[in-house]
Amino acid sequence: MGGGPPPSVSLSLFVKEIVVEKNDFKVVNKRVLKMDSLGLACGEPVFTDDVDINGMLYGRILWSPYAHARITKIDTKEAEKVPGVKAVLTYKNVPRVPHTTAGQGYPEPSPYDTYILDNKVRFVGDRVAAVAAETPEAAEAALKLIKTEYEILPAVFDTFEAMKDGAPVIHDEKDAKNIPDARHNIAAKFEFEVKNGEWFKDADFVIEHSYKMPYLQHCAIEPHIVITCFDPFGRLVIRTSTQVPFHVRRIVAQALKLPVKKIRVIKPRIGGGFGSKQEVLLEDIAAALSLKTGKPVKIEYTRKETFISSRTRHPSTVRLKTGFKKDGTITDAEMDIVLNTGAYGSHALTVMMCSGSHTIPFYKVKNNIKFLGRSVYTNLPVAGAYRGYGATQGFFAWESQMDIMAAKIGMDPVEFRKMNYIRLGEGSPVFKAMGEGREGVEQVITSIGLYEGIEKGLKAINWRAKKEKNKGGKGVLRRGLGMACMMQGSGIPEVDMASATIKMNEDGSFNLMVGATDLGTGSDTILAQIAAEVLGVKAEDFIVYSSDTDLTPFDVGAYASSTTFISGNAVKKTAEKVREMIIAVAAKILDRKKEDLRLEGGKVVANDGAACGLSEVANTSLYYYDQHQIIASASHYAHTSPPPFAANFAEVEVDTGTGKIKILDYVSCVDCGTAINPELAEGQNDGAVLNGIGHTLSEELEFSSNGTPLNASFRRYKIFNTLDMPPIKTFLIPTFEPNGPFGAKSVSEIGINGPLPAVANALYDAVGVRLFDSPFTPEKVLAAIKKAGKK
Amino acid sequence: MLNAIFKLKCTVNGVKIERDLDSSRTLLEFIRVDLGLKGTKEGCGEGECGSCLVLVDGKAVNSCLMMAVQLQGRELTTIEGLKGREGGLHPLQKTFMEEGAVQCGFCIPGAIIAAEALLRENPRATSEDIKRGLTGNFCRCTGYEKILSAVEKSKSCR
Repeated sequence: MGGGPPPSVSLSLFVKEIVVEKNDFKVVNKRVLKMDSLGLACGEPVFTDDVDINGMLYGRILWSPYAHARITKIDTKEAEKVPGVKAVLTYKNVPRVPHTTAGQGYPEPSPYDTYILDNKVRFVGDRVAAVAAETPEAAEAALKLIKTEYEILPAVFDTFEAMKDGAPVIHDEKDAKNIPDARHNIAAKFEFEVKNGEWFKDADFVIEHSYKMPYLQHCAIEPHIVITCFDPFGRLVIRTSTQVPFHVRRIVAQALKLPVKKIRVIKPRIGGGFGSKQEVLLEDIAAALSLKTGKPVKIEYTRKETFISSRTRHPSTVRLKTGFKKDGTITDAEMDIVLNTGAYGSHALTVMMCSGSHTIPFYKVKNNIKFLGRSVYTNLPVAGAYRGYGATQGFFAWESQMDIMAAKIGMDPVEFRKMNYIRLGEGSPVFKAMGEGREGVEQVITSIGLYEGIEKGLKAINWRAKKEKNKGGKGVLRRGLGMACMMQGSGIPEVDMASATIKMNEDGSFNLMVGATDLGTGSDTILAQIAAEVLGVKAEDFIVYSSDTDLTPFDVGAYASSTTFISGNAVKKTAEKVREMIIAVAAKILDRKKEDLRLEGGKVVANDGAACGLSEVANTSLYYYDQHQIIASASHYAHTSPPPFAANFAEVEVDTGTGKIKILDYVSCVDCGTAINPELAEGQNDGAVLNGIGHTLSEELEFSSNGTPLNASFRRYKIFNTLDMPPIKTFLIPTFEPNGPFGAKSVSEIGINGPLPAVANALYDAVGVRLFDSPFTPEKVLAAIKKAGKK
Repeated sequence: MLNAIFKLKCTVNGVKIERDLDSSRTLLEFIRVDLGLKGTKEGCGEGECGSCLVLVDGKAVNSCLMMAVQLQGRELTTIEGLKGREGGLHPLQKTFMEEGAVQCGFCIPGAIIAAEALLRENPRATSEDIKRGLTGNFCRCTGYEKILSAVEKSKSCR
């Protein structure tokens, strides 16, 4: 089969696929300078740790040396005597409130299985006690003097072992809530089936494989950090490196039994999160120390603590069984995912559901679909949100299996995908059946540029010519090509909500206050661009302030690829309200009808050419006539989650002597609708792809047989540097999403899903061996090559 | 835990200073705590990530691995001390902004210092030299593409 439109759809439907409305955007879809980049490039003190607070105490946490144990005795007397020590906390003197640390909408879909401190420890690196002291040295000395006796319990590290009858029960506490089957360590479970006939009846072939991913850490370069202090009214102020300031306020209030009104959460600049900061990780314990001492307290993780005691990606085993016909029709799909959620069930249900809800609808399955998901407790570090959020685990399986299926029927893998991916106007029963933690929302695809993305990628990597050249490769170094396609979402439909406020100033500038949380992504900038586009001004005319629970309106925070789509729509609506208010004032100044006025170039302009400046409008409203503040707020809540789509391509060279895979070229084509700021969108994708390449070739957090992490440092957990990186080319494929602000969809997560399957497929193309568990280290590749050679 | 007090004389960002110093201080602690210069970051504390890079006598060093007392008689330049020709923005700071190389920005002061050390020594650094020169600076946001192009672009405006 050659290029051209996929055979399974009518030409007219295909032609509509790229729906780029002719646009004449002035600010949106332009390379506007990221507004915080000047301060950041100059090293201005903008991060959580960059303030000096008088009388601040240093908080330190005592970590469990055991994977599973009960604290039988804990004596803090000696620790309290250390000069400078102001407080020592154990489970005995903090409130016991079961809660989740997952920063999600309320009521959270994660089980309430966590306590500020408990009399039981559930992994090596779990909290035992906390100290606040005048110096870090005093705090560390005190930790050593806490006398703890443990009853060591049998531990379990494997999810399948943990589900067996008689396995150690990790959450045997009576007051935990929403654990579906604590006795079998099941933190979350979800099943779903669409049945249109007998299973695999129409299939010419049935293929089944299991795909595994290990413990992976986010490695944001800024470690987790929080400073808690008090305002002049005695309210608790939490300055924290978080993706979810409003959820932090709510969960800290819950855990410490405080009224929400007694807490203010401030998010300064954040040094990267990637999901690890969608979590209440330190805020509760620092707040407890501040409340105990009446003093400001700072807790900052070391890099080692970040690896062990923050959050990780959920290690996964995905069993995928697919039935398909000789003509390329996929008839049946059965996906069974088991996630390791570690000692606590943070994001246990939702990551598991997204592994299916973001992947299964991507290809049309004619007859039957079954999904079974379980998230299982083990005595290992706690998993949580991580860029890709389950879709990464799911697409490794799906996109590897697509190549295996194509090979089985002798079809080109690119054509096989083109034939089967979801089209414009199509839906899937999965959208409705599987949401995040609950039933989803019915939706159809309203924008998709995947066909063009695939074509662009094939050309950019020179697919056809290289395929020809690589044929019958001989020698030690073999080259291969692989590709993978994928989608993600744009926010959680009918769950996520964002809001914004815009206030006009005398000089025609505006304050834009958003709950949306810029964690380094550039969301402050793109939200200003959206507002500026509506109001006919420049992005620089906005002073953006984000994520302060006292001063900005609510937003769920930065996760689920929601900010551009949901917060962006909230900002657009807010700006439209402000535009109406400006026009009302200008109509009086200019003595023209409102409907004859428009905002453009920093002015209000009438159809007949009469005009007035925005500062005149502002001054009139503030000082001269019908005095009022031009200010508005609006919220947005979406009923759909339009997926971005991507096609990724990898060219690899495999050293058959050593097993080393070298990625020679990587091309990633992304349809994110209108890129509000193309440069920032590219940057999001570049970073996501390189993170995914790290997952593919080197990253894995390893453990000893008693659950102790073995490589919790940058020296031993290998992330990619400038010399390791392959050339990565990101191409943005413009489409227009009718539900998005100025046609935009999300872009931040999707790129991380591509490298694992694309490289797995390229490896197979190069040397004819397939790996089902990441990372693809030289040892594994070499062993697979040797095994294949023996057959 | 009393540590010896050390009399440190050195130059910080072009200004000669004298300080009584706790001799157990790392250079990074001295910069962030004693001097209050917050542009230099701690990302790992073990010399792996490069967020704490500073120039000592023009050479890039991980300030978390050097003791402050080793600064005696030497010249320290932090990100706050980098200036352009007329005292304005340094060319690297400008190109990092223009190329969109700044995402979260936490690693950027270190990356700029690494690039500055490299380009002082070799103003005609090739793209391969630049990759090698920045190999000690981890960035988890950008995938490095835009950082490398920012360094490349800055060569022509030094």
